[in-house]
Amino acid sequence: MKRLMGLLAATMLVGGLAAGAEAKTLVYCAEGSPENFNPQINTTGTSFDAARPAFNQLVEFEPGTTNVIPGLAESWDVSPDGLEVTFHLRKGVKFHSVKGFTPTRDFNADDVLFSFNRMWKEDSPYHKVSGGAYDYFNDMGMPDLLKSIDKVDDYTVKFTLTRPEAPFLANLAMDFATILSGEYADAMLKAGTPEQVDQVPVGTGPFEFVAYQKDAVIRYKAFPEYWGGAPKIDLVFAITKDATQRWSKVQKGECQVMPYPNPADLEAIGKDPNVNLMQQAGLNIGYMAFNVTKKPFDDKRVRLAITYAIDKDAILKDVYLGAGQPAKNFIPPTIWSYNDAIVDYPHDVDKAKELLKEAGLEKGFETDIWWMPVQRPYNPNAKRVAEIIQSDLEKVGIKANLVSYEWGEYRKRMQAGEHQMGQLGWTGDNGDPDNFFFLLGCDAARDGGQNISKWCNKDFDDKLKKAKSITDKAERTKLYEEMQVIAHDEVPVFNIAHSVVFEPVRKEVVGYKVSPLGRHEFAAVDLK
Amino acid sequence: MFGFIVRRTLLVIPTFLAIAFLTFVAIRLVPGDPIEVRTGERGISPERLAEFRHQLGLDQPVWKQFIDYLWQIAHGDLGTSISTHAPVLQEFLTLFPATIELALCAMIFAVVLGIPAGVIAATRRGTFIDYSVMGVALTGYSMPIFWWGLLLILFFSVQLDLTPVSGRIDLLYYFEPVTGFMLIDSLLSDQDGAFLSALSHLILPTIVLGTIPLATIARMTRSTMLEVLGEDYVRTARAKGLSPFRVVGIHALRNALIPVVTVIGLQIGSLMAGAVLTEYIFSWPGIGTWLIESIQRRDYPVLQGGILLVSGMVILVNIFVDVLYGVLNPRIRHGR
Repeated sequence: MKRLMGLLAATMLVGGLAAGAEAKTLVYCAEGSPENFNPQINTTGTSFDAARPAFNQLVEFEPGTTNVIPGLAESWDVSPDGLEVTFHLRKGVKFHSVKGFTPTRDFNADDVLFSFNRMWKEDSPYHKVSGGAYDYFNDMGMPDLLKSIDKVDDYTVKFTLTRPEAPFLANLAMDFATILSGEYADAMLKAGTPEQVDQVPVGTGPFEFVAYQKDAVIRYKAFPEYWGGAPKIDLVFAITKDATQRWSKVQKGECQVMPYPNPADLEAIGKDPNVNLMQQAGLNIGYMAFNVTKKPFDDKRVRLAITYAIDKDAILKDVYLGAGQPAKNFIPPTIWSYNDAIVDYPHDVDKAKELLKEAGLEKGFETDIWWMPVQRPYNPNAKRVAEIIQSDLEKVGIKANLVSYEWGEYRKRMQAGEHQMGQLGWTGDNGDPDNFFFLLGCDAARDGGQNISKWCNKDFDDKLKKAKSITDKAERTKLYEEMQVIAHDEVPVFNIAHSVVFEPVRKEVVGYKVSPLGRHEFAAVDLK
Repeated sequence: MFGFIVRRTLLVIPTFLAIAFLTFVAIRLVPGDPIEVRTGERGISPERLAEFRHQLGLDQPVWKQFIDYLWQIAHGDLGTSISTHAPVLQEFLTLFPATIELALCAMIFAVVLGIPAGVIAATRRGTFIDYSVMGVALTGYSMPIFWWGLLLILFFSVQLDLTPVSGRIDLLYYFEPVTGFMLIDSLLSDQDGAFLSALSHLILPTIVLGTIPLATIARMTRSTMLEVLGEDYVRTARAKGLSPFRVVGIHALRNALIPVVTVIGLQIGSLMAGAVLTEYIFSWPGIGTWLIESIQRRDYPVLQGGILLVSGMVILVNIFVDVLYGVLNPRIRHGR
């Protein structure tokens, strides 16, 4: 009898616990599997999304915006010369526990040092772990920019830079600047399994990692001790690679949020009474560059004539199918300093012919248009775009041949300046205008550089460099606005479009924001 | 019989070498390399590119890379994935049970329906039943997997709400994989409804993947059955007054099945190809999408190792079929 009572009590206790622990679960239909769970070594948005719930950075992007707000650093001071940035770290921040590791201490300066030194210092025992490619850390120029990172005390870290750099804080809000647990890394190194740090994430983020099954599911649960307040939901990523399938799952309620719907499904999604079709301009630009080092594109009138000759609206209608907006500037309108006063060149065949005549090319000429062999968010079908441009140019007497190569080869040849006119695009990383405009700067115009119009305008470049070195936002805005006027007048590129990002979200989801940075974040989300 | 199996097994070695060589060369003929593919628009500095290429051994001449690779395989090491840094064998073993589970179910579906359908069509030759069975089989055979899968999902899952859209089990159920076979794991997990959920997730993918083999098997069974039914010994059996069921089911079917078994064996290869598409449509976490992505990412070790393992399986199944063939037909196992 006693045993029976004991059993009964135990059953009730377990039952009660289970009922208490029953949390709401949000299912996100992710578009693919992550490469791993460490944003330092990742390069794809899919992988960043998958790891982000577990992590924080020193500073972060406010959800739904590109504003930089405090993260693991409560505050920071910048020295007057802009060379020293001192971060004051948050106290009492807990790390997650996973199978085989339970943290014994709170987050502190050692974790910051470990995280950055892993990417930066070759003598870090973790530098070569998991391939040792820190692409973003290198791409953002951190090795050249950093002079030293010092621990002032347990809760103060000082970054010393080699030059003042305005986008530095925005860079630190990017995923690659994620803070890992130094203690976890030490433990795994001792256990002889350092790679586990990149496969099973331990961070300070809002969600604690539970399990991952490749190509099937990632499970997270709300982290009750999260410094920003525990999330109200548990989070599951249902990996569903086909866009139409994702939509079917959202329709049936098997998922609540999905990214990247199929453009052909947008109309049906818009009509579904259970779903909100959220949208936002993508942080990107699709463009066609004129190689100004080649004749006749060294002549501004020719570049302008081609700009007038192309029917941009036809491209948007035919290729982007409503999921794009025409681009008049090199940065999308969601980035601060976007110069809305600029008026785009209209489609005007007569004007184009007139300009060609002025340039002595009334008989036309033969050239080539390069199209990239891959589908990108900013350009869903570069070949079709090239065909439209080809037929538009034919009307003003220009015979354009279509050229393409394998994607890697394509970029390499274009960066070497082999093309005459070629399409490419860019997706922003941190919402800073410099992250786009450097593509038109003189440094990038060198042979093999990313400025594929090879256009080097001193006035533009001086402003670019100046804007990067000062921190006053108003002053920077002014410079970027002026640069957009120069680029508009000189037409080094023909701006095609910015994509529009759509995200179907079921109506029971509360507090979800579409990120202009293309992120998918759930810390503040709840279910009705 | 033993000698037959040994001979058949020894033949595998050159086949394996040829497969390893072809995959190795083919993926390297595809332009673009793993590192450049990874970096996208941002590009990579020539120094870092050279460093990573060196790390992966891609700066060596291709023949040297191949010899190194063979040496590596000889030691049982299939390498690590360039994109995830996980061992290829480990990834394969995580994903392959899902593919096997799906392929087995599809094969069972195809055999269980295909053979009776073929027999019925053959015994009712020229009738309406024959024409309908063969008409349906021809349609099934010509059905593009992708379209067929989407059609079934839209109809049964979205419109009628009878089956789940995709995945292997409802995400409410969570248990550690033991065997990797969801049907078995769900039973072991002891969670109410898990097995039924796993089963319901299997229905549509099984039908989609099983349709083409089903059609092939039905057509093959019909034609060999017709041939056999015209043989003298069948007439003799009938003349002896055996029941039609015994004549067809025992005497004729056993001989008619020999070519059908061959066809079933050959279907394993195309089943793997079909699985790639089916897995993609149903978000089935098998090796199909894994291999496709390895091509897109130029993940050489994954593609090479994956193809080698899959072809190994196909070869094994074919050996098994050959042996089975010997069991069914003594002339083959004793013949030279």
